[in-house]
Amino acid sequence: MEGLISLAVKAIFVENLALSFFLGMCTFLAVSKKISTAMGLGISVMVVQAITVPANNLILNYLLAPGALAWAGFGDVDLTFLGLISYIGVIAALVQILEMVLDKYFPPLYNALGVFLPLITVNCAILGGSLFMVERSYDFAEAATYGVSSGFGWALAITAMAGVREKLKYSDIPDGLQGLGITFITAGLMALAFMSFSGVKL
Amino acid sequence: MGLRSFFDSIEPHFVKGGKYEKYFPIYEMVESFIYTPKTVTTVAPHARSYIDMKRIMTYVVIATIPCILFGMYNTGLQTNMAIAEHGASGWRAAIIEGLGIGFNANNPLANMLHGLMYFLPIYIVTLVAGGIFEVVFATVRKHEVNEGFLVTSMLYTLIVPASTPLWQVALGIIFGVVIGKEVFGGTGKNFLNPALVGRAFLYFAYPAQMSGDSIWTPVDGFSGATALSIGASDGYQALPERGIDWMDAFIGTIQGSFGETSTLAAMIGLAFLLVVRIANWRLIVGCLGGMIAFSTLLNLIGSDTNPMFAMPWYWHLVLGGYAFGLAFMVTEPVSASHTNMGRYIYGALIGFMVVMIRVVNPAFPEGMMLAILFGNVFAPLIDYFVVQANIKRRAKRYV
Repeated sequence: MEGLISLAVKAIFVENLALSFFLGMCTFLAVSKKISTAMGLGISVMVVQAITVPANNLILNYLLAPGALAWAGFGDVDLTFLGLISYIGVIAALVQILEMVLDKYFPPLYNALGVFLPLITVNCAILGGSLFMVERSYDFAEAATYGVSSGFGWALAITAMAGVREKLKYSDIPDGLQGLGITFITAGLMALAFMSFSGVKL
Repeated sequence: MGLRSFFDSIEPHFVKGGKYEKYFPIYEMVESFIYTPKTVTTVAPHARSYIDMKRIMTYVVIATIPCILFGMYNTGLQTNMAIAEHGASGWRAAIIEGLGIGFNANNPLANMLHGLMYFLPIYIVTLVAGGIFEVVFATVRKHEVNEGFLVTSMLYTLIVPASTPLWQVALGIIFGVVIGKEVFGGTGKNFLNPALVGRAFLYFAYPAQMSGDSIWTPVDGFSGATALSIGASDGYQALPERGIDWMDAFIGTIQGSFGETSTLAAMIGLAFLLVVRIANWRLIVGCLGGMIAFSTLLNLIGSDTNPMFAMPWYWHLVLGGYAFGLAFMVTEPVSASHTNMGRYIYGALIGFMVVMIRVVNPAFPEGMMLAILFGNVFAPLIDYFVVQANIKRRAKRYV
């Protein structure tokens, strides 16, 4: 249990997907203009992450990993080369479902997210989460914890970013930097603040 | 009033339509530095107060005076004590010997003078390097050069170690002024504290000159760990054995950056800021509360391997940059939360984070700087949630 808690803290703060690995930048920069939208997207990413990472973990351990197919009688088959395509397939399917759910039950959020909702499919933070899970050979409980907490860390980062950007509406940014330029600088400065966690060993 | 008439006579060149119209901000800076600005608000709302930005900034600079004086004294003291063992070298030593004052650590005047010779170069470099960029931006972007930069440069000087190479000092303040403030439009429009941005930039860009035990006292061959890193390696109980009891740390005769060692001087500054109502007491309450609560919690949990767990709150208060940050950085109105409830939360977040970084993160023995930057990032979000909660509460009341 203690190991899972420290894994969660690590995934949220120390190895924040957005601010220390800079994953999922396209949506991070594009959908962080309003706090409410950013929070909606953050929660969506968290939900997708929380389901795909453990799902991919099951796929890896029971279908793809060397010897994983022993239960079906193919003990010596190694299907890890199918890893990427299976993970992305799971993610794409899940995002489709999420899209339908949001369209049906939260139409304002669905409209606000627009094209970025289907784009969660190719959000590198999501695929990155699954690949980290593979690389660090998490078991199922760890994968579930990592999925939820890394998604939460990303959601926290994008919400904070949106907060800062709403505040920056009152600032006076040079013409050349307006829009994306200042957003990149803001993300960099936020990453500087998140450096406070770098080096934490749990 | 020869000066006044001189300003009046050259003013037509700088106002709109004049020959040097472009350089109006520079003219305005010099003029309003010497005289009260004569501009008055012309559009509603006509809020009347004699506290304008100029006065706020001047008050903050005044509040740092105890820290500056004590910082100079302590830098001189530490240097002179180290020189007694390791010998003196460099141009500062030549000047001091030339003046015939000597390196007696028991002579307050000698300490003061020696400290001044470290303080002044850093401060001048900070003012010039940062000032040039401030003025360039003001001229090009046509905003006023205001006293905000005086505060930034003073705070920045007080939080760098005395041995920092001057080119790094210049680089840090330029980064802080340009990236931390000017790209957002100048004073009041930034979301991070520019002095801390500059300091953090230096910290991560040049760790060799910015961390370790030998940087705090600028004497070759001398190595003196800060009280916090002693606490991190041997536990706070080891501090009195190393010649640092609580009172030393409170008064500030310990290793550290210029202005941050003395809790007493920071407290005097803080009291002044509270009396003139520039510092908001809610931030202080939040920050103290968060620090005390979390450090007490860690005391209760305890740890066999990490001696920092046992450090009680009254040591956290006097070691490192906590008191200085509490007095001058946490209370900075621009980058803090703006709602009353938010101020408690913002302060508590910083208090929590500073203990967290000091105790849990072995990479940084000092945590105040990063804790405040972290708080700055979340301040707007805290405000947002406080405002939303208020809206919800009132909506419920008036259905």
